[in-house]
Amino acid sequence: MTAACNGTGGIVAAVIIGLALLVVVPLVVDPIFLIELTSYVILAILALSLGLIWGYGGILCFGQSAFFGIGAYAYAIAVINMGDSTIPLILSIVVPALFAALLGYFLFYARITDVYFGVITLTVTLILYKLMGTTSGSAYTIGNAAIGGYNGIPAIPPLNLPGSPTTFLSLDGLFYAAGLTLLAVYVGLRLMLKSRFGQVVVAIRENERRAELLGYDARFYKLAAFTIGGGIAGLAGCLFANWGMFISPDVFGLAQSAQVIIWVIVGGTGTLLGPIVGCFLVQWIATQLGTQQVLNANLVLGTILIGFVLLVPKGITPTVLDLIERTCQRRSYAKPLVEKRSVS
Amino acid sequence: MDLLVVLSIEALRAVASLALISVGLAIIFGMMRVINLAHGEFLMLGGYAAIVATKAGINIWVSTLILAPLVVAIIGIIIERTVIRFLYGRPRDTMLATWGLSLFLVGITTTIFGNTTEGISAPAGSLQVGNYYIAAYSLIIVLIAIAVFAAIWAVFRFTRYGLIARSTMQNPEMAAALGVNPPAVYAATFGIGAGLAGLAGGVMAPITGIVPTIGAAYVAKAFITVIGGGPAVLAGTVSASVLFGAIDQIITYLSTPVIGEVALLAAAVILLRFMPQGVTGSFFRRAS
Repeated sequence: MTAACNGTGGIVAAVIIGLALLVVVPLVVDPIFLIELTSYVILAILALSLGLIWGYGGILCFGQSAFFGIGAYAYAIAVINMGDSTIPLILSIVVPALFAALLGYFLFYARITDVYFGVITLTVTLILYKLMGTTSGSAYTIGNAAIGGYNGIPAIPPLNLPGSPTTFLSLDGLFYAAGLTLLAVYVGLRLMLKSRFGQVVVAIRENERRAELLGYDARFYKLAAFTIGGGIAGLAGCLFANWGMFISPDVFGLAQSAQVIIWVIVGGTGTLLGPIVGCFLVQWIATQLGTQQVLNANLVLGTILIGFVLLVPKGITPTVLDLIERTCQRRSYAKPLVEKRSVS
Repeated sequence: MDLLVVLSIEALRAVASLALISVGLAIIFGMMRVINLAHGEFLMLGGYAAIVATKAGINIWVSTLILAPLVVAIIGIIIERTVIRFLYGRPRDTMLATWGLSLFLVGITTTIFGNTTEGISAPAGSLQVGNYYIAAYSLIIVLIAIAVFAAIWAVFRFTRYGLIARSTMQNPEMAAALGVNPPAVYAATFGIGAGLAGLAGGVMAPITGIVPTIGAAYVAKAFITVIGGGPAVLAGTVSASVLFGAIDQIITYLSTPVIGEVALLAAAVILLRFMPQGVTGSFFRRAS
């Protein structure tokens, strides 16, 4: 009866619901919308990566889209040179994770406050935007791949079966691949948060000094969580490069970085479901806005962000989950009512 | 020799520009502990105010040095009253809300002015140094920066408002008990910071031209400067401007402007790693 509330049952339920959606959704929505939906699924993976480090690690990173962009660029450059997509896929995770580790080393080990952290990560993203923008011209080619400055890299080859570059993913196939990746990342993160490592990360968010006095090196755990988040964002970037077969410095732009933050704050921090919900919701609104010309998209996104910070700082999902949890707890009071943080 | 003169004037201009675009942020951030991510958009609004006023036939000096700061100061006070004042003591939420504000301001100016570059030509012609010509406007920027810093110092050091403002930032309850109205002081200080941003935006407008998204180009530099400068508002801003402006200008001279900015950022991150206490001085730790 309480399966939906306790940890393992919740994960099983999530897997079943997720797989069911993967099977049913392509059958009922029209193909054009399915392509749109695929992009939401990919961006939801990016949202999850920020949901992890902000919601659970307490690290307010304003430049999560930097890792997303680096992942996309790493994949694009590598796959154009190699043909086979297996190693580029791995690179799209490893390169941004390494970048996150390097940046994180300088920032966490300097013990700067989270507010400075936000500013620096934002700055790094903006500088990357400019830097990638200047890479037009024949001087900036890596192997066969011209980086192309603000024009970006077009015609990126899609993912293929390992070892056979001719068997590649179709657009429908990408929906399933993205959906399965999202599900895998979600389940992986839930398991990670239940593990000892995940518990320490959450403990540091709750009270960094206390965790350190208990012997945990907060800097190391934060750096590890940040690196994992960077890798996941990079993976999403790889899928995104597949989706549009194109990547440009716009992924490093201010609007893109802000969007990730908006998904998470709308969906709700401190949950894993929240960022996914927020991403789908906000992207859907953004798409609807794109079809009309009256309101500027920045105007609306800005208003949403200000509105949520001032009025609904917890976001949508935690509010709803609190409600469900309270119902569940009422049904099972045989269990000890020790306060337990739900990992959902 | 001539080249050296030209290069040092250019370096001075870079330092002065950096100091000008950062000082409004430094006041809002250093005195009120408010992280204003919409700072770049304040500069952008100042630029638009200057350009619109100049094109309407108003003297260019009046529109850049008086109208631009005035308009943005008023906008700043409105924003402080409607958004910022609910967020004092919550640095994270302030950052998020001001980021929303930045998107909002970009959106609204795009709606009004369109996504095109507007510009006015720089006044004051050029000066000859040996075989080289430099824009006289470079020197004017340096002079404006010196005047602005002297004025800020004098206002906070010698005037009654300066005393009240500094005391309110230190201990709002005590100030209130002595008859000061802290919300009014906060609003005024935010207005001054915004106005200084507007001034910088107006002064830079003839050089850079203005698009609604130009704020992104300023905000990163301004924050790096203020963070690098540490807790002392004026001295910090000046010293960080000198350091980063020089690095930027030297690397730019050796390679390209973008590499110069990358070097500036890398210098700031490394500086933070090895001098964190110069950065998170006691000033800020209390706030967060």
